[in-house]
Amino acid sequence: MAVELRLKELSKKEDLFTHGHRLCSGCGAPIVVKMVLLASEYPLIACSSTGCLEVSSCISQYTAWKVPWIHSAFENAGATIAGVETMYRAMKKKGKVDKEIKFVTFCGDGGTYDIGLQSLSGAMERGHDMLYICYDNGAYMNTGIQRSSATPLGAETTTSPAGKVIPGKTQERKNLTRIMAAHDIPYVAQASISYWLDLMKKVRKAFSIKGPKFMNILSPCNRGWRSRTDDAIMLSRLAVDTCYWPLYEVENGVTRITFKPKEKMPIVDFLKPQGRFRHLFSPENEWIIKKLQEDIDREWKRLQKESSLQA
Amino acid sequence: MARIVAVTGNEAVAEALRQTNPDVCAAYPITPATELMQRFAAFVSNGQVDTELILVESEHSAMSACIGAAAGGGRVATATSSQGLALMWEMLFIASGMRLPIIMPIVNRSLSAPINIHGDHSDAMGARDSGWIQLWSENGQEAYDNTIQAFRIAEHMDIRLPTMVCMDGFIISHSIERVEYLEDNEVRNFVGEYKTLNPLLDIDNPKSYGPLILTDLYHEYKRAQHEVMTKVRGVILNVAEEFEKISGRRYGLFEAYRLDDAEIALVILNSAAGTSKDVIDEFRERGIKAGLLKPRLFRPFPYEEIADALKHLKAICVLDRADSFGGYGPLFAEVSSALFQVRERPKMVNKIYGLGGRDFLPYHAERVLSELVDITKTNKVRIVKEYIGVRE
Repeated sequence: MAVELRLKELSKKEDLFTHGHRLCSGCGAPIVVKMVLLASEYPLIACSSTGCLEVSSCISQYTAWKVPWIHSAFENAGATIAGVETMYRAMKKKGKVDKEIKFVTFCGDGGTYDIGLQSLSGAMERGHDMLYICYDNGAYMNTGIQRSSATPLGAETTTSPAGKVIPGKTQERKNLTRIMAAHDIPYVAQASISYWLDLMKKVRKAFSIKGPKFMNILSPCNRGWRSRTDDAIMLSRLAVDTCYWPLYEVENGVTRITFKPKEKMPIVDFLKPQGRFRHLFSPENEWIIKKLQEDIDREWKRLQKESSLQA
Repeated sequence: MARIVAVTGNEAVAEALRQTNPDVCAAYPITPATELMQRFAAFVSNGQVDTELILVESEHSAMSACIGAAAGGGRVATATSSQGLALMWEMLFIASGMRLPIIMPIVNRSLSAPINIHGDHSDAMGARDSGWIQLWSENGQEAYDNTIQAFRIAEHMDIRLPTMVCMDGFIISHSIERVEYLEDNEVRNFVGEYKTLNPLLDIDNPKSYGPLILTDLYHEYKRAQHEVMTKVRGVILNVAEEFEKISGRRYGLFEAYRLDDAEIALVILNSAAGTSKDVIDEFRERGIKAGLLKPRLFRPFPYEEIADALKHLKAICVLDRADSFGGYGPLFAEVSSALFQVRERPKMVNKIYGLGGRDFLPYHAERVLSELVDITKTNKVRIVKEYIGVRE
């Protein structure tokens, strides 16, 4: 019997990612994990690439995972979970496993956008029945906040410091969600922990679809974003409300915006509370904020057009 | 009843994989191992195995998928060569660190640069410290037999370690030889049902694989890996004894050829040992007491047993088909370590031969053996390490 996606009902479910993990207070990643595990109606086997979540959730003889979980390396969560899923099919065929099990990864943006992209792309192309979830905090936070291809333009990181000559990251971020949609897999979605019902509905939908699925979930990191520890939900809401992080899904090639902000806020509102963008407010760097706003507007327009064409 | 066939080394190992019927195999093409998994893919397509085949996008993903599959809880195999093994390097340590009994035939090939598709041992020697068991094979028959035995060794409940089975690229992988196949039921009975240990797929007993372990327990974790390696030799000998019962073919930790009363000897791996044995026979006919030792098990290296087999000799040449640039050849380093513990040691030289598929001919073995005869007379070693078969 499916548990309704209502807080009262969900609060009765067992937490499959336990307290005692050692992620920083205010980290978005464990919120992502808890929401996904709570949303699932199936038993899950999870996989993480090397990163914050991985090093903080299973240490020596302690584990925060109450579902079977595997971490093997940084760049290969796609292939690793594909291996587990394939063994599941082999065992099911032989009648050695009878349960309906679903497979999910939780990987950071470094392990997904950069070093793990090949492994992810291969797993999607091969059609494994799995949901790959990227918790995107926009930099290599685990190694100490280095820029990744998910880092937004202008953001300061330890390898793209805002200096006298170079104003933070000089490249725009990779639009990975679109790249994954271009794989023509059955389901791709973008979600945010600030819109929990939207996120959990997407997870439910993803698990109900057979084949490869991808979800990109924004995951604030107060250490890297230079924000307050209690700002994770507020910042992820601002990311959505400014359309920096639009909530949408692409199901069998059809794009649908799942949440339209009543009033689209300016990107400045998202940038302001974050120390990593502080230098952008100097007069000589105004052009970066302008550029960020233009990019967001263009992508939002594109998304709206795409979804209206297909509606 | 054994079936006698004329097959390539790749074909023989593919047949061993068909008969052992892994639950999951991952494959990615690389010369000269490509044909092996190609033939296996045909078995899958024709329903001759139950295996789920994952055709991954790189060798790194092949080993990653094997790790996921083996942790899932079932029999797993893949195969590769050269750059493919080099690309897997990171994952090799993870497979052994997680104690996953993955079987991997290695069709030995040189490493780039310059790119070269032919046989030498640089690939597997580069993986010698990865915590895998390594079995080496002179010919198609040995590669077939070793592959079947590898499942028993790797999956043994006291061992649970990944295992490589090495054979020479092209020289063995692509040459047609006489091979005796066992019957399917003999192989299936021999390898038995796969026994799971902490499978991820046991959803009611969730396990975590791949923890972070720092200064508190990492050292102990690695010592456990060292300790399990010390048990491998015994298991290999037991498995070999059982294998002899069904095949009539006897295997040990190494092959000693006319070694008991020898005064000089060659130590050499894989196919070149076959060429060398002919030359040993010629020297014997001339009244020279020559012998040969061909290691089968390179990891763990059977130091004591090999020292025992070689200590009575006057002079030894260890031939390496791989170089450790700036060091002695990898096989030489092991054999000299083994003999260092012996009070009276033979004189030793190291020849690097056959890189990138350069032919190793009887005449090369002859020259080396003649040098050993000189060493026994003069008691002098001209040079410890030297390349042979070089175009000057």
